[in-house]
Amino acid sequence: MRPRSPLPPAARAILRRDRGALARLITQVERRDPAVVPTLKALYPRTGSARIIGITGPLGVGKSSLVNLLLAQLRASGKTVGVIGVDPSSPFSGGSVLGDRIRLERKAGDPGVFIRSMASRGHAGGVAAATLQAARLLDAFGMDVVLVETVGSGQVDVAIRDIASTSVVVLVPHLGDEVQTLKAGLFEIADVFCINKGDLPGADLAAKDLREYVSLANNAGRWKPEIVVTSARDGSGVPELWQAIERHEAYLDRDGGRLAGDRRRASREIEELVLDRVAGDLRGALENEPKHAALLERVARREVDPHTASEIVSRTRVRRRPPRSR
Amino acid sequence: MTRAVKPPPIRVLIAKPGLDGHDRGAKVVARALRDAGMEVIYAGLRQTPEEIVEAAIEEDVDLIGLSILSGAHMALFPKVLKLLKLRKAGNIPVFAGGIIPDEDARALKRHGIKAIFGPGTSLEEIVTTAKGIARRSS
Ligand SMILES: Nc1nc2c(ncn2[C@@H]2O[C@H](COP(=O)(O)OP(=O)(O)O)[C@@H](O)[C@H]2O)c(=O)[nH]1
Ligand SMILES: [Mg+2]
Repeated sequence: MRPRSPLPPAARAILRRDRGALARLITQVERRDPAVVPTLKALYPRTGSARIIGITGPLGVGKSSLVNLLLAQLRASGKTVGVIGVDPSSPFSGGSVLGDRIRLERKAGDPGVFIRSMASRGHAGGVAAATLQAARLLDAFGMDVVLVETVGSGQVDVAIRDIASTSVVVLVPHLGDEVQTLKAGLFEIADVFCINKGDLPGADLAAKDLREYVSLANNAGRWKPEIVVTSARDGSGVPELWQAIERHEAYLDRDGGRLAGDRRRASREIEELVLDRVAGDLRGALENEPKHAALLERVARREVDPHTASEIVSRTRVRRRPPRSR
Repeated sequence: MTRAVKPPPIRVLIAKPGLDGHDRGAKVVARALRDAGMEVIYAGLRQTPEEIVEAAIEEDVDLIGLSILSGAHMALFPKVLKLLKLRKAGNIPVFAGGIIPDEDARALKRHGIKAIFGPGTSLEEIVTTAKGIARRSS
């Protein structure tokens, strides 16, 4: 990295807390617009102070309602907050209805809050990449906390580990079978379990169930997921939920877990970026590269099989061509 | 980063200013726009003009749709347009739906509302018009 190259204008706009510029950068990140890369590069050294908290769980369990209460509590204690709500895109039309904002209230004109809705736009890896960059932009913008709400279905909730330093899994009493099927994946994800709708019957039983399950897990010396019962209806348990999140964050600082987590997330992110580059570089290039013409010919004639050909191609492509201007 | 294969979807904010509590119409329109491939940010009921404009800026939308039944459109819609200009977002097109007398509709169009749909309008017409006026088309 060259020292002190002048900041791109969009990066300067972020640092002077221009909300429109922040919104436009998130749009560019969502569109995977390569023009945004210099700005992301310039801002990276100015990130890392925001706490990025994932809130995940099935549809309708009260994630947005909880985010709303956490938002109010954090603002009352003077913390600035970014909120990202991710909802799935329709696999058929590519469209989506993003409704998380409905539940979010704030004081009129409060500059300490920035809310953004995102659609998953197809593949789970893509959600993770764009959401991570959006969270990081909110970090550079100066938000103390970034709350990322995702619908916990299959891959997306696993992807939250690649974004957030603390992940909260929200469940409700009597989720029954759904919890059973979720359970396997849940423990890789949850730093804190939140059983919401505690005003409904069965919450204590669900908490007890979960507590048993957690105590069975063999994680001696490691963080043991906390279990908090909340009601977004009457607000009970929400301060305790935030305390549990803070305890996990403090644990990360104490045990070197933060650096380890950041390294793990960095490796995932860099992998994705490299794969993107390689894929972008290779796609469609093979057919037009003269040096592979003979090889393609031989595969077509059944003299070489495609697997062997792929090994040959990977070996000859170690040295990358300079990137095409895009 | 690789180039996106498909053009990015149009992002549209659907909001309901005013005090009436019915958003069935707004929801139907939201779903129709989704089925046409748009990303619809649904802000819900009883939004103030300030909230609508803040949401439009944060969400960086290409289009705003306002729905109203309460009769307060002459007070609320021009306020939204004025605030958008004030926040340097005057280039976001706004359309409206609801029960709006012809005379008011003409006045609102002069204020800068791009399209106005009465209760009988077909969803097809709304979708086509919305695609036509969005500031970034897909
Ligand atoms: N009884 C009860 N209902 C709740 C509670 N939290 C949320 N809800 C309701 O559950 C529904 C879904 O809430 P929402 O926050 O949108 O869930 P999300 O899909 O997980 O974001 C709404 O109708 C809420 O009013 C709660 O603690 N108790
Ligand atoms: Mg939600």
